[in-house]
Amino acid sequence: MSNSPPRSQPPLAAPPGGAAASLGRPGGSSERTVQLEVLRYNPDTDTEAHFQRYEVVCQEEWVVLDALNKVKADIDPTLNYRWSCHMAVCGSCGMMINGEPKLSCHAFLRDYEGVIRVEPLAHFPVERDLVTAPDDFMEKLKRVKPYIIPKEKKPISEGEYKQTPAQLMKFRQYSMCINCMLCYAACPQYGLTPSFIGPAALTLAHRYNQDSRDGGRAERQEVVATHEGVWECTFVGACSEVCPAHVDPASALQQMKITSSLDWIVEHLIPGGKSAGDSVSREDAGDKS
Amino acid sequence: MSRKPLVREVPPTSWYFRQPRYMRYMSREITSIFVGAYCVLLVVGLQRLADGPTAWEGFLLALQSPASIVFQILALVAAVYHAATWFNATQKAMPLQIGEDFVPGNLISGAHYAAWAVLSFVVLYLAGVF
Repeated sequence: MSNSPPRSQPPLAAPPGGAAASLGRPGGSSERTVQLEVLRYNPDTDTEAHFQRYEVVCQEEWVVLDALNKVKADIDPTLNYRWSCHMAVCGSCGMMINGEPKLSCHAFLRDYEGVIRVEPLAHFPVERDLVTAPDDFMEKLKRVKPYIIPKEKKPISEGEYKQTPAQLMKFRQYSMCINCMLCYAACPQYGLTPSFIGPAALTLAHRYNQDSRDGGRAERQEVVATHEGVWECTFVGACSEVCPAHVDPASALQQMKITSSLDWIVEHLIPGGKSAGDSVSREDAGDKS
Repeated sequence: MSRKPLVREVPPTSWYFRQPRYMRYMSREITSIFVGAYCVLLVVGLQRLADGPTAWEGFLLALQSPASIVFQILALVAAVYHAATWFNATQKAMPLQIGEDFVPGNLISGAHYAAWAVLSFVVLYLAGVF
């Protein structure tokens, strides 16, 4: 199990001396005492989680992650949470902040009043304190084959697979996912039906389906076009609202519903019809035989 | 190191009170009850029409009762809200790429609203409103 990094690790580009000390700019900012209510769970001693209140002196421009770092550095070194980049890129520090899935490095204290309640990401098992177990997401990510399955295999000597800027733009937005799992914490369908493949994994399937170099849609459809796949989505739209990378998973899933429906129509209602995915899978079967 | 992850269950019947966006979602879903009920009303109307002029007149009279008018207003509001959420969703479900750029989402949804207005006008015209 990986817990939060050691206390001595400062945020990126910060001077040594601990995260809390690093962000205090003498004379440049005002201090504020923040009340944090943090969910604690110790698997070795607890059967249930409980909230613990911390009073932390913070700089006005800090984010929630800075406040947690201050708690860990000065008040309670037993507090566990994950973080790494402190710049909304790595996707490690996702938490529920006042009930909203957020990257804690992207949640500015100035946007909150009163007690700030910090909980681990919803819908994931809690390993310890704010650390959740991402195993289910990782498993689902694998199932959608989030990598290019070349349409035409060719030797390296024939050169690279070329792509126009327009072809790139078709999927670029969906390639921005940082796997922070905020969309899973926001999605009530995933919370109620854990077998749902979920927003981020399905969006990555869409990203590769949309790639002009890819020919793997038929293989992914076995996971995508199922009850556990896009048809479990009821378009709540929360995934897109909380996504820190503006990926818009809801859009990807609705598009996949349309293509999956068209596949079904072509396959079942048009005599002799073969859906795009179906024909590819048969060709693949032919290759293997 | 042994693991003992804690699973925090989602309350199956009250989760939508947790966030305003979940309430908005549920309100959208609930509109389908009114839309469905109004469809049933239309089917009953067809049946009355098939039963003859007396039955049809009785049906029209029943539509004018206060309870019926309240229901029809609620159904209209629900149907308009449902339609608006549907048209707003079109820009997500059907993005249109021209060259390297995507057509602004508002144009896609706006085109649906425009088509809705034109078709509504045609239906009202055929119904002799104008």
